Amino acid sequence: MFAVVGTIPNADFPLVAGNVTLKKDKICIQENRCSVNRGTPALLAAAIKAGEVLGQPTPFSFLVGDIGLGKGSRRLYKHLCTHLPKTYFKSITFHYLMPDVDWHNKVLFAIKDMPQQPILIADAGFMYAAKMSGQAPEYDLFTPDIGELAFLADEEAPHPFYTRGFILHEENKVPDLIARAYKYENAAKYVIVKGKHDYVASRHGIQATINTHIEEAMEATGGTGDTLTGIISSLVGAGFEINEAAVIAAKTNRLAGHYTKPTPATQVIEIIYHIPKALERVLHEGKEESLIETG
Amino acid sequence: MALRLLKRKHSSKKDTHNKSRGILVFDNTSEVIRAENVLKSDGWDVRVMGPPPEIRNGCDMVIEFPLIEQLKILRTLHESGVTPREIVPVNSPLLKPVNLLHKKDFGKYLMIRAANMKLTVDKETLTIVNISGGGCPDVPYLAQEMVGKSLSEASEPREIGHTLCGYALQLAYEGTIRKCSL
Repeated sequence: MFAVVGTIPNADFPLVAGNVTLKKDKICIQENRCSVNRGTPALLAAAIKAGEVLGQPTPFSFLVGDIGLGKGSRRLYKHLCTHLPKTYFKSITFHYLMPDVDWHNKVLFAIKDMPQQPILIADAGFMYAAKMSGQAPEYDLFTPDIGELAFLADEEAPHPFYTRGFILHEENKVPDLIARAYKYENAAKYVIVKGKHDYVASRHGIQATINTHIEEAMEATGGTGDTLTGIISSLVGAGFEINEAAVIAAKTNRLAGHYTKPTPATQVIEIIYHIPKALERVLHEGKEESLIETG
Repeated sequence: MALRLLKRKHSSKKDTHNKSRGILVFDNTSEVIRAENVLKSDGWDVRVMGPPPEIRNGCDMVIEFPLIEQLKILRTLHESGVTPREIVPVNSPLLKPVNLLHKKDFGKYLMIRAANMKLTVDKETLTIVNISGGGCPDVPYLAQEMVGKSLSEASEPREIGHTLCGYALQLAYEGTIRKCSL
C-alpha cells in the first residue's frame, strides 16, 4: 500500500488518516468530502483512477485542511512524527504542505524509525523543504517543473520565489540545471522534470525524454503536475521501478490531456477522467514494444 | 504648498535606501504582506526580500527598511496592528525575489508567469480561467477562490494568500491587470 500526505484547501477540514475514494468529482475520506480541482485532491483522484487499471487498492492518505497559514500542515507534521514509526507503506508521497525545514527534518527522522523504509516521493511544498533541508538525496523522486528545477539548481535559493536570475529556467537549459542540482546535492535519486517535454533524470544525466502528444495549453491548466505525481505514486505502489513509473506516468498524463482536446481554460478533472483509458493504452503499447525488443 | 510638502515627505522616505538597513521579521507571510501594504501606502520605500540564512525556515520573507527610520516605521506598524516579531540589522546582501514576468499568448487566452506561479485569463471576458504552478498550501485555495471570476471581481492574492507562492501570484495578477489595461 502507498500513502499520500497533503492538504485540503479548506481551513475546517479535519486531520484525517485513511483510505480515500473518488465519487464523481469529489474525493471522500471517512465522512469528509472535497472537490477535485487541483492540489492534493487532484493527486489522489489521479492515483485512484490509475489504480483502477492497475488493480490497486485506493491510496491511504494523511490529510488536513490548510489554506496557507501553515497551522494545518504543522498539526499534520506532528501527527506523522507520532504515527509513522508504527506504519508500513511501500511508498509515501509528500505533497502540498507548508515548507518548514524543522518539521521536515522531524518527519524524516520518524521515517527512519519505520520498520521498513518506504520509497519517498516529494512534490510541491514538501519538495521545497526537502531541498532546503539539505536532505534531498534521502528521497527517491522529486517532481519539479522547469521553474522548480531552476530552484533545485540554485544552491542558495530557499524557495522558487528567490531563484537567482542568472539561473535561467528555459527548456534548453534542462541538462545543465539537472547537473547543477545534483552537483550541489539538491536532487532526489531521480527527478522527473515536467514541461513541454518531460525528462526523467538521475545524477548520471537524462535517462528518458517524453515528448509525445505535446499540448501547449496544458501548461496553463492547474493540477496537471499533481495528476502526474498521482499516477507515478500509483505505479510505484503497484511495484513498478521509479524510473519506469515516471516514464509511463508522463506518457499517460500527456495522453489523458490530449484526449481532452485541452484549451488554457480546461480544468484538471476533465483530464483525470481520461487517465484509465490513457494508462491502458500506454501499458499496452509498452508490452508490444518489449515483445518486439525480445522477439 | 501642501502638495509640495507631501512630495518632500515622500522623497525623504525614499532617500534613505542606501543607508544602514534592517529587516522586519513577522510570524507569517500574510503579516509581511499586510505590513508592506501599510508601509508602502504611507510612502516608505521598503522592499520585500528573502531572509538571511540564520533565520530561514522555508516559506519566509522579510521587509528590508532603513534602520535609521526604525522608530517611525514601528509606530506606523503599531498603529495599523501589524507588529514585527523581531527587528534585525543586516550587513550581508539579502536574496531578491524574482521580479520578471513572462507572458504567453494563447490567442483567446493570456498566461502571465511570475516566479513559479501562472495566471491565465480569457482576454475578452477577463475571466480568470486557470491558476497553475506553486507548491505552498494556499495555491489550491487561491485557485478555488479566484478561478471562474473576473479580474475585477476576484479577491486579490495579497488579500487571501499567505505564502511566497501567494505573493508570486499577486505579481502575476498585477502583471495581468497591466497587460489587460484595466
